Amino acid sequence: MTAPLLDVRGLKVQFGGHTAAVRGASLSLRKGETHCLVGESGCGKSVTALAVMGLLARGARRQAEVLSFAGQDLRNLSEGRMSRLRGDRMAMIFQEPMTSLNPAYTVGSQMTEVLRRHRGTPRAQAVDRAAELLGRVGITAPGMRLGQFPHQLSGGLRQRVMIAMALMCEPELLVADEPTTALDVTVQAQILRLLAALQRELGLGILLITHDLGIVARIADRVSVMYAGEVVESAPTAQLFAAPRHPYTRGLLSCVPVPGKVRRDEPLGSIPGVVPRLPPGFQGCAFRDRCPHAAPACAGPVPRQPAGPEHEFLCTLPPDWVRRAEAA
Amino acid sequence: MTRFLLRRLAVALLVAMTVLTLSFMLTRLSGDLAISIAGPNATQEDVELIRRAYGLDRPLTVQYFDWIGRAVLGDFGTSYFFRERVSTLIGSRLPITLTLGLVGLGIALVVAIPLGIIAAVREGSWVDRAVMLVALVGQAMPSFWLGLLLMVVLGLQLQWLPISGTGSWEHFVMPGIVLAFSAIPALMRLTRSGMVEALASDYIRTARAKGLTRLSILAKHALRNAAIPVVSIAAVQLGFMLGGSIVIETVFALHGVGFLAWESISKNDFPVVQAVVLVLALIYIGLTLLADLLNAVLDPRLRA
Amino acid sequence: MSATLAAPRGRVRHRLGLALGVLIVGFIGLAAIFGPALTPHDPFAQDLGQRLVVPFWMEGGSLEHPLGTDQLGRDYLARLVYGARISMVIGVLTVIASGLIGITLGVLGGFFGGRVDDVVLFAITCRLSIPVVLVALAVVGLMGNSFTLVILVLGLLLWDRFAVVARSTTMQVRNLDYVSAAWCAGSSRVSILAREVLPNIATHLAVVATLEMALAILLEAALSFLGLGVPPPLPSWGLMIAEAKDYMYFSPWVIMVPGVALFVLVFGINLLGDGLRDMLGAQDAR
Repeated sequence: MTAPLLDVRGLKVQFGGHTAAVRGASLSLRKGETHCLVGESGCGKSVTALAVMGLLARGARRQAEVLSFAGQDLRNLSEGRMSRLRGDRMAMIFQEPMTSLNPAYTVGSQMTEVLRRHRGTPRAQAVDRAAELLGRVGITAPGMRLGQFPHQLSGGLRQRVMIAMALMCEPELLVADEPTTALDVTVQAQILRLLAALQRELGLGILLITHDLGIVARIADRVSVMYAGEVVESAPTAQLFAAPRHPYTRGLLSCVPVPGKVRRDEPLGSIPGVVPRLPPGFQGCAFRDRCPHAAPACAGPVPRQPAGPEHEFLCTLPPDWVRRAEAA
Repeated sequence: MTRFLLRRLAVALLVAMTVLTLSFMLTRLSGDLAISIAGPNATQEDVELIRRAYGLDRPLTVQYFDWIGRAVLGDFGTSYFFRERVSTLIGSRLPITLTLGLVGLGIALVVAIPLGIIAAVREGSWVDRAVMLVALVGQAMPSFWLGLLLMVVLGLQLQWLPISGTGSWEHFVMPGIVLAFSAIPALMRLTRSGMVEALASDYIRTARAKGLTRLSILAKHALRNAAIPVVSIAAVQLGFMLGGSIVIETVFALHGVGFLAWESISKNDFPVVQAVVLVLALIYIGLTLLADLLNAVLDPRLRA
Repeated sequence: MSATLAAPRGRVRHRLGLALGVLIVGFIGLAAIFGPALTPHDPFAQDLGQRLVVPFWMEGGSLEHPLGTDQLGRDYLARLVYGARISMVIGVLTVIASGLIGITLGVLGGFFGGRVDDVVLFAITCRLSIPVVLVALAVVGLMGNSFTLVILVLGLLLWDRFAVVARSTTMQVRNLDYVSAAWCAGSSRVSILAREVLPNIATHLAVVATLEMALAILLEAALSFLGLGVPPPLPSWGLMIAEAKDYMYFSPWVIMVPGVALFVLVFGINLLGDGLRDMLGAQDAR
């Protein structure tokens, strides 16, 4: 097994000492792999992505046991060194394509400045590269688009521009934070297909953040489920959907209607309550207040248990609890 | 965009006509002009003579259209006191006021924009608080008093600058500083809030994700967007500064249109007063138009 | 997220500014009301034997005239507290006059929209293009110095910000869901204006009122300084500075005393306004 491209262990992010947004999250991503990070809103998945990129707002505190990218320790990297990695070897796209591009500059200017910053490429060559990439992400008449301003483009086009811009320096890692949430369903599908194709062709590692399990099923090689700032279960996609172990994952999956599997007269599942905001130093399982299987032991330390090849979950229940419960 | 500008131009013309009317009414509604001009020692016959000589015996509407007709052609009549054409009089004084205004605006921008940026970058810190305190102090400072203080300290005690007069560029420094003080608070607050908003925006996060340098993020991506409202306010502030120059020019005996207006007011020289009000109003109207144009240049969303 | 966390510290700071503002304005207000009765000297009584007596903290000063005397031997402290009364009265009356004009126009424009709003916007544009100081000086110059005229002129000139704020806030309130609900429930225009709109925009207008009051006080001082405001021998602070100006090179304190008073009052009113705005802003955010 090769060393992971991105390795995160025990990541903690705090804002001002009041709330712990991320409480010891771990995940790893291999080169050329699509790894989905799923969870409800407020579970800390976006903060995790920003923490990996070193893009947290001022006042946020980041700690980690391991935080490495391509073998390089990111924990104590200065902002200057970090900014040389960003946009070059690791790139990120965001949820809001409407506001993520600077309204005052043309598409071309915003795309070429990445190359000019990281490679010192002359303007003319950078423009050629930008045009090539716009074509690659399925934009027709790239020459014209380069001269346009963001407000002249639709949401789907802007997200394509964002993707093309992220690819300017051929990064090894692309972090995509809910890239399709703000888009129409048809455009969503196009963008996802594009990401999948790019990933295959360029050997891109993609960390895709989403709350949409449909997207996960279609695109992910591997899934990590996040709850209240922790990764509670992680497994290859097929394995996770076939045999989820964590009660939260099971609850999440029961919320999704699957044709043929869910009976029409049966109500869809739902998880009562909301994701709690936890103070730093919170002990035990964060899901225990909403969990149907909660026991006194859940207030104590929670073990990380293996449940199959590359399948881990964070729970006090034994790995074979599902089988036992079904037998009983 | 062209339609928007044409509309703005039409409104500007309408405003100009209204101000023209108002400045006429201003002098006529203030009492019997002939008596004011003649002075306290004049006899009844003197007043009658003056009334006829200046055409003040005609019906108000006739006087009004006569004044409009001439004013549109740039003829504001003759000054009673200076015995000169008002247009030449204003023409010779305007460059001084404009210089003062531009010096003031220059100083204000050089002080306000960097301070506003620093406050925004260090939002919530003691630097930010100090900068906001400067804005409050500037807002509360009576300009004529500040002028006197500068005259005492810089002019008399340190002898760095001339106290009053119009002779050289040094004469514009102190009045410029005083004038700048009136515009600094607004410009600084606006720069700060614009930068705070820009720095919190998604496109700045994108710029950081692209690995751009801090300088490029601040100067290219944030400032460009924060500058848009600052530019239009700067133009408007210049208009206010020119209007407020009357106080400062009087304090420093700087012979611009403000000083001219003050002299004319004290001499009841109403054609000059009327004309100065009109000219300053027209300059303001022109500046707001210019601000709209600059906005269109700076903000691609307004272009089409 | 960082904004919500920074708020508690910010709120304390604004309260501090607000408290200081209340303290300053309250103190000067009390001095304006009770001061003239408490000071032993008559602000108008000249004593040519006691000209330009220095304040008590300077060499040769005494507590007989704690802030010294002016060029005609009038007690500076007595004139200062009487001047506070002039500034305060002019500030308050101007705000009432300009507030009535501006709020009426702004609410009409914001509430009815369409043609009415076009007219209101046009009036605001015209008003803004008129140079305030110059026109005020011209009117006072042509009609003669008087206390009432200064208030009238300033009131007629300083309504623009009231109109702008009243207009935009009225528009916001008008479009709120519960106001639409009141429309649907059949409330009349008048009752919506009185019961929904005015109470909701009142806080914003209070902030404008403080800022306009500060501006009116500064303008009155400037007019009086140029000799075209409050007529002498009334001790307006601006007039006091003008009268003292000829002596400032030899004894700078003569312009310091009224100048500092003017600065502190305006500073206090602005602090009050800013504190008020931040407090209301914080409420809006919650």
